[in-house]
Amino acid sequence: MFYRENGQFKSSYSADQAIFPIAQDRVFVIGILLVAFCVVPFVINEYWANAILIPLLVYALAGLGLNILTGYCGQVSLGTGAFMAVGAYASFKLVGFFPEVNYLILIFVSGLVTAAVGVVFGLPSLRIKGFYLAVATLAAQFFLIWLFNKVGWFYDHSPTGMITVRPIDFFGVRVTGPEATPAAKYLFTLAIIATLTLTAKNIVRGRVGRSWMAIRDMDIAAELIGIKPLQAKLSAFAVSSFYIGVAGALYFGVYLGSAEPLEAFDINQSFYVLFIIIIGGLGSILGAFLGAAFIVLLPILMKNLMVGGFGVASGTAGHVEILLLGALIIFFLIVEPHGLARLWQITKEKLRLWPFPH
Amino acid sequence: MNLRKLTGVAVAAVLALPMFASHANAYELVIPTLDYRTGPYAPNGIPLANAYSDYINLLNERDGGIEGVKIKHVDCETGYNTKKGVECYENIKNTAPSRALAIQPFSTGITYQLIPKSAVDEIPIFSMGYGRTSAANGKVFPWVFNFPATYWSQATALVQYIADQEGGMASLKGKKIYLVYHNSAYGKEPIRTLEALAEKYGFEYRGLPVDHPGQEQKATWLQIRKERPDWVLMWGWGVMNQVAIKEAASIRFPMDRFIGVWWSGSENDVLPAGDAADGYLSGAFHAAGGDFALHDDIRKHVYDKGMGAGDRDRIGEVLYNRGLVAVMWTVEAIRNAMKIHGTKEVTPAMVRDGFESLEVDEARLAELGLKDFTYGIKITCENHEGPGRVAVQQWDAKAKKWSMVSKFYDPLREITAPLIEEDSMAYAKENNVTPRTCS
Repeated sequence: MFYRENGQFKSSYSADQAIFPIAQDRVFVIGILLVAFCVVPFVINEYWANAILIPLLVYALAGLGLNILTGYCGQVSLGTGAFMAVGAYASFKLVGFFPEVNYLILIFVSGLVTAAVGVVFGLPSLRIKGFYLAVATLAAQFFLIWLFNKVGWFYDHSPTGMITVRPIDFFGVRVTGPEATPAAKYLFTLAIIATLTLTAKNIVRGRVGRSWMAIRDMDIAAELIGIKPLQAKLSAFAVSSFYIGVAGALYFGVYLGSAEPLEAFDINQSFYVLFIIIIGGLGSILGAFLGAAFIVLLPILMKNLMVGGFGVASGTAGHVEILLLGALIIFFLIVEPHGLARLWQITKEKLRLWPFPH
Repeated sequence: MNLRKLTGVAVAAVLALPMFASHANAYELVIPTLDYRTGPYAPNGIPLANAYSDYINLLNERDGGIEGVKIKHVDCETGYNTKKGVECYENIKNTAPSRALAIQPFSTGITYQLIPKSAVDEIPIFSMGYGRTSAANGKVFPWVFNFPATYWSQATALVQYIADQEGGMASLKGKKIYLVYHNSAYGKEPIRTLEALAEKYGFEYRGLPVDHPGQEQKATWLQIRKERPDWVLMWGWGVMNQVAIKEAASIRFPMDRFIGVWWSGSENDVLPAGDAADGYLSGAFHAAGGDFALHDDIRKHVYDKGMGAGDRDRIGEVLYNRGLVAVMWTVEAIRNAMKIHGTKEVTPAMVRDGFESLEVDEARLAELGLKDFTYGIKITCENHEGPGRVAVQQWDAKAKKWSMVSKFYDPLREITAPLIEEDSMAYAKENNVTPRTCS
């Protein structure tokens, strides 16, 4: 009844090519953005920023990056943790070298560094496919983390091998470290993620994105219709790594504040992001956000429900949480193997017919 | 996106619950703990958490709290995971009515996360013997306390013990001392000190890292078998310890030349290796065993009433006692804060003052039912490490008991002091901290 495009006529090419051709979608997304930018910063407290929203946004961005590679281009990667580490260490070193340069530029450059590293580790994808490629990216995971742990230059020779973010001002507002206000950290992260999401949406709708999808669906056919696998695959690795690198820089700088390579960026991190896109939906921008919400928020929600709501002992709650999360993942994958994004799409299709399904 | 909103609303509702639940009753002292009863380090986290809970229950039951003010124990499960630790900290730090009076993370990773926050949130961190070693410099880290001894002090103590067995510091020359360490911030802590010691006393040092969680150590011990070091030190945690001891036994490395850090010297670590672990050594700053008067009180006032957190027969295990000594010092700091500020309604900032002038001598220990349990400590404004003394204990596999086999060694401050100064000043410079003056 409310969600129906009757009477919405597209009279120009630009209207036809809009990101959200249906007015209700447009209103909905603009509404969410308005709330996120204009309402949330005024009500946010430290718990919501540091424990819920910033991790959610950072993981959504990492998921977005991996989704470009795995969901859109079909190249399985298990090196996400390492690429996040590249972004984090690049931003750490760059802030050390150029403390007076704008932090946003340094984060952008960190993303570019990660993109370059990603392209190097993406080279094997030209010859090997599927599970074999996953193993090749696994090499990136182990090699890069070993490197950051071994070579003292990366962590400024600190005695513990940890990197700690310096206090950084962005146009006079502190955005890292404990003195930054929750609103400043949140807005800084949100602005970067909103911009990058919009960019990603447009890339995957355009020529480049279509070439990725062609490669994903059938690489030989794609080659026959004139898509160069070299360009398509490596550009997917570059763009994906750029996103993951920026996510890594924010993960280290804004969210955690300090990190040690083996704990913060280990193989579990790679799996974590991979689960986000599998549960959220492969090949979907929205999927990265839904998947991140599922993986990041659900454990916290369950913990607070069990411990705060029902007074369960925290240790027991910890065990039940692991069980429940596993059961829920299986449940959602059985109900909808294409992820939460597909569920949302089905809901929308049903809504169009509602309340007269026939 | 509706799911996101829904979860948001649900989370908000859940978070709002405690607000309605807590009535404005009498003042309570909030002591939070970041436990890990799940995950790969749970076997070690459980006795620590049990001891905290038991001691707090004991005080509430026997004395009605601290000086008559009830203690409110808030726990949060971290699974030894830094990200969960951050979530827990944000969740519990402002617990009404007193806010969190002192944070004890029992994890080096989480401690590093919280150190910069402590000054801003004004909540003292008591990282008992772990965390950032250079936090011993109270001028740069006014909110962090790591008494009774840091890892660097411990490294010097263990080397002194080795020297005593070899016949003096001079005989260290030419000896091979290896370090098997957990490849993390925690395990890397002693490296710089050992390097400095190796240079000064002329022994050969080498570090062999073991990756988390530490089940895979075959290659490490093969190397040790090949190169035959005279002594092996270990900075391990969790399952890594037991695997290392088993591997050492399987290459027949002499157990009385294998010394663990104090986190590698509990019953959990040696029991799996059985008789082969006999003679294994580890650092210690308190006694093992459940025969102290305090343990009897815990059995009587807590376990007899069915309020015990763990198994009755596991009272007195090394890590249980470690938890007890941690919560005992925390409580004494709160008591001290009450005395200094002349109020029973202390805040975290007052407790920080309580830590900074904390003095728990042997007489006070005896009053608490812990006679000869550990040594007396005295904290000052510039020294947050305290005495820094460490002894060596040995495992007797037949009797299944730990016993002290050395005196308490004083740390070699001429080695550690410049390192602490250097590292803390580097922190101060990076984070624009102006060291305060202590007068």
